[in-house]
Amino acid sequence: MKEIEILVIGGGPAGLSAATAAANLGASVLVLERDGKPGGQLVKQTHKFFGSKKQYAGDRGYQIGNLLIDECEKNPKVEVWTDSTALGIYEDGVVTAEGQGKHLKIKPKKIIVATGASEKMIAFPNNDLPGIYGAGAVQTLMNVYGIVPGKRVLMIGAGNIGLIVSYQLMQAGVEIAGIIEASPTIGGYLVHASKIRRAGVPILTSHTIIEAYGQESVEGAKICQLDAQWQPIPGSEQDLNVDVICLAVGLSPLTELCFQADCQMKYVPELSGHVPIRNESLETTRPGLYVAGDVSGVEEASSAMVEGRLAGICAAYSLGYGTDEAPKLQREALAELSELRAGPAGQKTVKGIMKLMDKGGAAC
Amino acid sequence: MRITEHPILEFQRGEEVTFFFEGQELKGFEGETIAAALHAAGIKVLGHSPNMHRPRGLFCAIGNCSSCLMVVNGEPNIRICVEKLKPGMRVETQQGKGCLK
Repeated sequence: MKEIEILVIGGGPAGLSAATAAANLGASVLVLERDGKPGGQLVKQTHKFFGSKKQYAGDRGYQIGNLLIDECEKNPKVEVWTDSTALGIYEDGVVTAEGQGKHLKIKPKKIIVATGASEKMIAFPNNDLPGIYGAGAVQTLMNVYGIVPGKRVLMIGAGNIGLIVSYQLMQAGVEIAGIIEASPTIGGYLVHASKIRRAGVPILTSHTIIEAYGQESVEGAKICQLDAQWQPIPGSEQDLNVDVICLAVGLSPLTELCFQADCQMKYVPELSGHVPIRNESLETTRPGLYVAGDVSGVEEASSAMVEGRLAGICAAYSLGYGTDEAPKLQREALAELSELRAGPAGQKTVKGIMKLMDKGGAAC
Repeated sequence: MRITEHPILEFQRGEEVTFFFEGQELKGFEGETIAAALHAAGIKVLGHSPNMHRPRGLFCAIGNCSSCLMVVNGEPNIRICVEKLKPGMRVETQQGKGCLK
């Protein structure tokens, strides 16, 4: 049995930030990462981040990922176990994990769950054909392994992920037949959308996929336009010759461990699904169990990093570390979160968190 | 198909290794996943579903969805999207749900 003060589950932007923040205050931290390398989805992001300098604005995602990994690695108080998947959190506080074929037991004093999110699926005929990928899979193939998924792509979803991955595909030399979006407006930032439109790729709002077709893998897709009631407009069908269909239709928080640990959960559409109820310190209804990043509501890597830092500070403080500086650091992190969520894109999250914390008008 | 030129990224590939897909000799690079190597070789159909026998391909690439389960060195239900390629690996499509010996 491995004993540790703080166990962080997930080595993405939230988890790594949590580990460094807690260790900087003096706590011993173990990070469990199921992949062979920490960094989460940041290592696949080639675009430059927005926000303020504090959240590494202007740097590319994979560069930020490397910075976070370096900070953890050079901190003697942080240990990272890669290729290790958390399996369960038990009543007596023991966490089990599978690592390199072995069953591992860990006894932490505090737990920070930073498991992130998984991609959503949408229903249409033949949506299980090879050649249909989640946007994250395309990023993994393309930006980690340097392999393109095919020759010509239909992107479904014009949120930030759909737009960014389309642009990344173009950078890798892949043709985009078009980006379709069921809602009447583009969900992502216009700066991303404009870059794609300037390159001659159509972004069709109020459009949806009718079906994919192909014998053993995707050979094409049928799409159509939707009216104001989201109903297909007869005669608007188009047949696209594509060998890849990429789904960028949103993410769901990966909350299995929170459910299993008996955290009180709530369905909050603004946060993209069931999320654990937590207080301002990101502690759930199970004492000593904190959450940070997409698992507590789908947002962006920038806010995941700040939430991670906040959870790390709060967990370390609760163990008696940082009596002097922790409250100040905590206030700073909360102020950064409010700042990040101040824009129109952040309003949804703020509304979701209000619902989650059952708060009326207090800022969060 | 492998990307040879990229405006932002440089790909550091490991040693070239030989592995087998359905007995056919293929090349890949150490450090990449089996799924990546198969994709680079143009292989998109990784198996068929146990009941409806519909073709299955790579979907999530991070070990979440189980669309890519294959038999590797005789062991079934390997998530090849997260399993790293090693020299001489025998990768086969899986019939049914697989069972442990």
